[in-house]
Amino acid sequence: MSAALPLLAAEEFQAPGLGLFDWPALVEGQAWFNKPALFALIAALLVIVFAFSAFSRPQLVPRGMQNIGELAYVFVREQVARPFLGKDSDRWMPLLFSMFLFVWIMNLFGSVIFIQFPVMSRIGYPAVLAIGVWLLVMYLGIKHQGPIGFFKNVMFPPGLPKWIYVLVAPIELVSTFFLRHITHAVRLFATMMAGHLIIALFSEVGWHFLFVQLTPLGAPVGVIGVIMTIILTAFELFIQALQAYVFALLTAMFINDAQHAH
Amino acid sequence: MILTAVAAAESNPLLPHPAEMAIGGFAFLLVLFFVGKLLVPRIQKTLEERTAAIEGGIQKAQDAQAEAQAMLAQYKEQLAEARHEASRLREEAREQGAQIKAELREEAQAEARRLIEAAHAQIEADRQQAFAQLRAEIGRLSTDLAGRIVGESLEDEARQRRTVDRFLEELESSSAAVR
Repeated sequence: MSAALPLLAAEEFQAPGLGLFDWPALVEGQAWFNKPALFALIAALLVIVFAFSAFSRPQLVPRGMQNIGELAYVFVREQVARPFLGKDSDRWMPLLFSMFLFVWIMNLFGSVIFIQFPVMSRIGYPAVLAIGVWLLVMYLGIKHQGPIGFFKNVMFPPGLPKWIYVLVAPIELVSTFFLRHITHAVRLFATMMAGHLIIALFSEVGWHFLFVQLTPLGAPVGVIGVIMTIILTAFELFIQALQAYVFALLTAMFINDAQHAH
Repeated sequence: MILTAVAAAESNPLLPHPAEMAIGGFAFLLVLFFVGKLLVPRIQKTLEERTAAIEGGIQKAQDAQAEAQAMLAQYKEQLAEARHEASRLREEAREQGAQIKAELREEAQAEARRLIEAAHAQIEADRQQAFAQLRAEIGRLSTDLAGRIVGESLEDEARQRRTVDRFLEELESSSAAVR
């Protein structure tokens, strides 16, 4: 990051910390324009270019990119939208498909060489998506169930003994309207951050013990660090896709909950 | 730089920066507009068309199959009918043949009978005629002979014999003339 750190690290091993997630401005004076911001915009561009190359002129008999695009589209439709939205799937596919691809590419940057930073490990990016979903869900709930009915259906699920509503009502209120939307963002942010930290730790171990301070005792540790980095990168690739899937899946679930009282 | 990094590291990673949210929101809205609003409806339309095309193709194939089945059934029926018709015709021809044969035989027999009868009748008629002719001849000859015998009055035996001989000669010549 800066010239001072390697000098410091040359003396003894220092595990990477939260400083990994702080980025200086790329342009002097424009504090907002840092590496995550740049790659957020690049991710949007990539998703748009991919979708455009696949779906700009869709053919009845698909060829080339359209095949890949349809693979992604059908995956999102069958695995994300259908389980919760059923017949409504097609209506929400524009949102869910955009969301899945966008989140996945943002995550994927964590395993792309020279980028190596999952943008979603900055809480602001998942947070804005979760807030958007929250606004949408509030709107849909009030539209489909009425402003009172929406809260009533959530806080007073039928079929429980009267006295238990004292407990259920506040829990449901907080959980349904706030907590699950906060965890929606935090889950994505935390898994990406943790994954990045762990990979950074093991690659730092490899770098430090094999290159900075090569010692007979330290070398095996460095080798383990490199091997673990490779294994965990493969694991991260899986987690990145899984978290994008989960994020879109929960969005579909929230939308369905808002549309139909349960 | 170290200072800013340290200061930033101390900031709570759970608190979102407004700038990040603005950029993230902007980036996602871009994606939502281009991908969600413009491109996804296109692929949805194409997928629907493909489904319709496949369903149409299946329907067409089913129709063609049903038609082929119907035609096969019709052909089979026609074939069975034709076979039936052929066997009926054969049977009829056989019956007709047998009938014709029987008729011909009967006709031939009738003809033969008729011919035989005609022959019999002819023979009978000839015989009757011959009898009648013979009877008339014999009567005339007998009276003739009797007259001569009586007329000669038995003069002598020689004369008698001559007379008889002459008579017999005449008789012979007359019967030869008749024949």
